[in-house]
This record gives sequence, C-alpha cells and structure tokens, in this order.
Amino acid sequence: MTGIATNDVPARRRLPLLQEAGSALAIAVIGAIGYYLFPDDLAFLTRLIGISFLVLSLDLVTGYCGIATLGHAAQFGVAAYAAGIACVRGVTDPLALLAIGIFAGTLMGLISGALIARFRGLPQLVLSIAVGQLVAALANKLQWLTGGSDGLSGITPGKVFGIYNFDMYSRTAYLFSLAILIIVFVALTRFVRSPFGLMCRAIKDDDLRAKMIGVAVYPRLVLMYGVSGAVAGVGGALTAMSTGVVGLDGVAFERSAEVLVMLVLGGAGHLWGALAGTIIFMIFEHIVAAANPFHWMTLVGLLLILIVVFAPKGLIEPALSLARRLTKGRAS
Amino acid sequence: MRLALSILTDAVAYGMVLFIISIGLSIMMGLMRVVNLAHGAFAMIGGYLASYAIRDLHVHYSVAILLAVVGTILVSIPFELLLYRRIYRKSDPLIQVLMTIGITFLIIGVVNFIFGPSLKTIPLPPLLSGPLDIGFRSVPTHRLFVIACGLVTALSLWWLIEKTEFGIKLRASVDHSGMADALGIRTEIIYAATFALAIGLGAFGGVVGAEILPIEPFYALRYMVTFLVVVSVGGAGSIMGALSASMLLGLADTTGKYLAPEFGEFFFYLAVICIVFLFPHGLFGRSHA
Repeated sequence: MTGIATNDVPARRRLPLLQEAGSALAIAVIGAIGYYLFPDDLAFLTRLIGISFLVLSLDLVTGYCGIATLGHAAQFGVAAYAAGIACVRGVTDPLALLAIGIFAGTLMGLISGALIARFRGLPQLVLSIAVGQLVAALANKLQWLTGGSDGLSGITPGKVFGIYNFDMYSRTAYLFSLAILIIVFVALTRFVRSPFGLMCRAIKDDDLRAKMIGVAVYPRLVLMYGVSGAVAGVGGALTAMSTGVVGLDGVAFERSAEVLVMLVLGGAGHLWGALAGTIIFMIFEHIVAAANPFHWMTLVGLLLILIVVFAPKGLIEPALSLARRLTKGRAS
Repeated sequence: MRLALSILTDAVAYGMVLFIISIGLSIMMGLMRVVNLAHGAFAMIGGYLASYAIRDLHVHYSVAILLAVVGTILVSIPFELLLYRRIYRKSDPLIQVLMTIGITFLIIGVVNFIFGPSLKTIPLPPLLSGPLDIGFRSVPTHRLFVIACGLVTALSLWWLIEKTEFGIKLRASVDHSGMADALGIRTEIIYAATFALAIGLGAFGGVVGAEILPIEPFYALRYMVTFLVVVSVGGAGSIMGALSASMLLGLADTTGKYLAPEFGEFFFYLAVICIVFLFPHGLFGRSHA
C-alpha cells in the first residue's frame, strides 16, 4: 500500500500537460472505436459511460481514502432523480440538468460522508448500507415525486447547446457523455495528484499517523465525499437524460455492490483501473447475464474470490508493472 | 389487545429467528474480526438442504434439521480452509467485504443451479403446524417452537462460552490472540471450531425460521443487511447484545409492518443510522482498539 503514494508522485515532467492530454486522447480513441465498431449498441455504451462515472466516484472514496462502502449508488440515484424530476417539471436544457445532477450529487455526498467517514470497519460498512437503503426506501415511497416502483419516465431533455437533438440511436447522448467523461477524467487526474488528493492517500495508508502530523482527517474525508458525490452526480444526470427513465435499480443495493466489484476488478486507487474495470465488467455482463442471471452470479462470485486471492490490487497493477518493466528495459 | 398480543408473538418469534442466525455472525465477528457477508448464504444452504431432505427424501423434520446443519458445516469446510483462513483478523475491511460478497454470489449461483430457482418450502410436521391453546387464547405452535429454540440457543451458548474449557480458550483468543497462542492454546483449532459453530447456528436458524424468512433464490442478499444490522446494533461477540438487538429490531420491524406498512423500511433504517452513529460499537459491544 505504501508503494502507491511514493511511486505515483509525479516526477518533473518536460511538458506540463502531457499526461492529461494523453489520457484525454486515449479515452477519445477508445470512444471512437466504440462509436464506429458498435453503432447499434450506442445506448448500451452510453449506459456504460454513465456507470463509469459512478465507479470513478467510488474510486475517490474507496481507492484514495480507503472507505469501504456498500451504499454508493445513493449519490448516483439521488442525482438521477433530481435531474429527472427537474426535466419532467420543465427544465430541459441538458447542461442545466447536468448542473442540477452535480448539485444534488454533491449534497448527497456531503451528507453520506458526514455519516460514513466518521468511523472505520463494521460501523462504517453498516452506516453506508443503511444510508443507501434509506435513499432506496424514500425513492420507493415518495411516489408522487419519484414514480415509486414504476420509475420516473417521460424525461425528454432539449438540444445540447440548442443544436444537437437527443436522437433514437443515442448518437448525441453517446458523444455528449464521452465529452463530459474526458473533461471529468482530466480534472480528476489533476485532482488526485493535488496536495489534497495526496493527503487523502496518506489518510488511507495510516489514518492515525495522519492525525498525528496534524491532518484534520474527518473534514477532509467529508470533502472528498462531496467531490465524489459530484462525479457520481454527473453520471446520474447523464444516465437519466440518455435513457429517459429513472428506476429504483439506480439506487438499489445490488448497484452499489456491482460498482464495488467493477472498481476492484480494475484496480482501486487508479483512475484507469476504475475505467478498465467498468468496461470489462459491463461488457461481460451484457453478454452473460442476458443468457442466465444465476450463471452470471456464479461467475462474478468466482471472479471476486480469485481477484482477492491472486490480484488484490486489481488487474491494473500487473499491467502497470509490465509496462514499467518494458520501459525500463528499453532505457537500459 | 388481540392485536397487541399477535404483534408481540410475531415480533418475539421474528426476533428469535434473527437472533439464532445472527449470533453465529456475531461470534465470528467478535473472535475472528471477519465481516462475513456470506453468513446468510450459509443459512440459505441449510434451508435448501432441509427442504430437499423433507420433500424428496421424506425424512422427519427433526432429522432434516440435523441433516441441514451437518450438511452446511460440511459444505463450509473448504471455504474455511481455502478462503476464510486468509482473512481472519486482517484489518482491511474492504478485502473481507469483497471476498465474502464473492462467496455469497457464488453460493447463490451454484445453489440455484443445483436446486432450481424457486421458493423452497419446508413443510412442518403436524405437531408444529396447528395452533396451540395457551389458556386464554391460541397462538401458532410454530411461533412458540421458534421462541423456544431461540431461548435454548441463547442458554446453551452462554453455558458453552462461560462455563466450559472451550469457552475459556475462546474468550482468551478473543481478548488476545497472540498471548493465547503463546500459552499453548491452538488458536487455529479454536477458530475452525468457532467457524463451524457459527455456520451451524446460521443453518439451524435458516431452517427453523423458514416460515418467517422464506427460503428463496435471493435469500442471502435480501437478509444480508438485516443480519449485519443486528450484529452492529448489538455489538460484535455479545450474546446479550445480539439477543436484545434482535428483539428490538424484531419489535420495530413487526410493529411497523402492522401499523404503518408504507414507511416501515424507512424508519427501520433511520433508527439503524441513529443507533450506529451514537453507539459505533453497538449497545453491548466493546471497542477492539
């Protein structure tokens, strides 16, 4: 664990924004491949991007702060409902809806953070589950507002920048989501390397020691939860806009568990790990779960156990060390 | 009065089922410090085995309970040897959560593949199925049976932990595992025995509580949170804590369902958040700092 903080501290770079530009380019290329290879599955790919925001957001609290949470879908769901409700009530500009989603997500993040970040271990886990379930129960019961178990439907956002309409083939939704993903990803790359982000890693590595050197642990974690809520909020609002419905599955316990699996599959504590985990998991789910949900559960369970036993840092860590060895080999 | 009495009977019976299942989890958490989210999955295996034994092998209810408990413990042995042993007393809760969720998913998938994804009933013997007249009114016999089972479980666990040599070794391992090891107590054997005891109790609770918490394909996920909440509210490793938390939650949940069915869940979780936030180590728990 201690290796991460020291390895990833950026060395002096020749071009200051090289890495950020590289990340943006890589996501754009992957996105373009998806766009041209699977033009019929764009709705699914848009959903994938929406979920990847949630996984990135979970990475901020779990990967960078070490908080074990099983209620992270709450932020996503609250933002999705907020954007959906605003849209049904007459706010149709996509950017305004996005802002509403971010605001709702941040608020929910701060509330959950204030409750969850206080403790460690079992109380933390139970509180995170209880917060998630509380939101789910509310979404189910406030039928006049959220549509209850029928879901909230009839979300028809207006044109992006007043030009591009949300069409049937989700082209606009896909490109719009992809553009936002690039912006958020680059911003997060900067953010996790900021002094604030590094201090959060220090808290994760040893919260007692962090406290001893004078770090205000609890406020930092709550703040990080707020940022993470904002990122989840982006995903929630985008998903609400692109699918046109918000259902109870967005806030369900299963969603929280699934995104945790995605994060760990890719590698917690790396933004690229979060993205890779989402892509691999969602594509497999798309194929296998359609055939038989119970086979899917068996597979996910087996996969989780294998990861915990053989690759507890996720798939990104072996890939990174391989890349490091390759570059080192070339240099010598 | 009639309503109050039926609420009370149901609440106590429900609380006892929660207690029988959760006490295993609580002991594991108190001794091995493992947040075992798969505990409900083992209770589910017990339920499926009992249902299979009664409906397809036509054995008696009591034999089925025995088969279910022994069968579940046998199934759990490879899990203990290969997986749980790695995460005993490891401080990182994330690893524990991931591994035990993985085990839960695996068990749900495999069990439903073998026995078929449908609701499993465990038929009661005629002795337990009718109502029983207790003087001024009659109550379902099965509820009384469950309550009796819960009381017997609590008493025998108390006896086991407080009065026997195994209990002394167990408490020594809880208090200071390294010191117990140094004094010649084979802690790994204590861990394995406690694991079997916990799983057996879970399976037992799953079978006798099947009337109240029906055995269905997603049993392990549906009640995972409930069991965890009982342990968290009661305090890990405390019999008294688990018993009172089960009763409290059973009463709150049942009363909520009778009187305000729309908002039952909401108030349940609100209460849980308040209690855990105020008492992070549970009502009867100790801090392990």
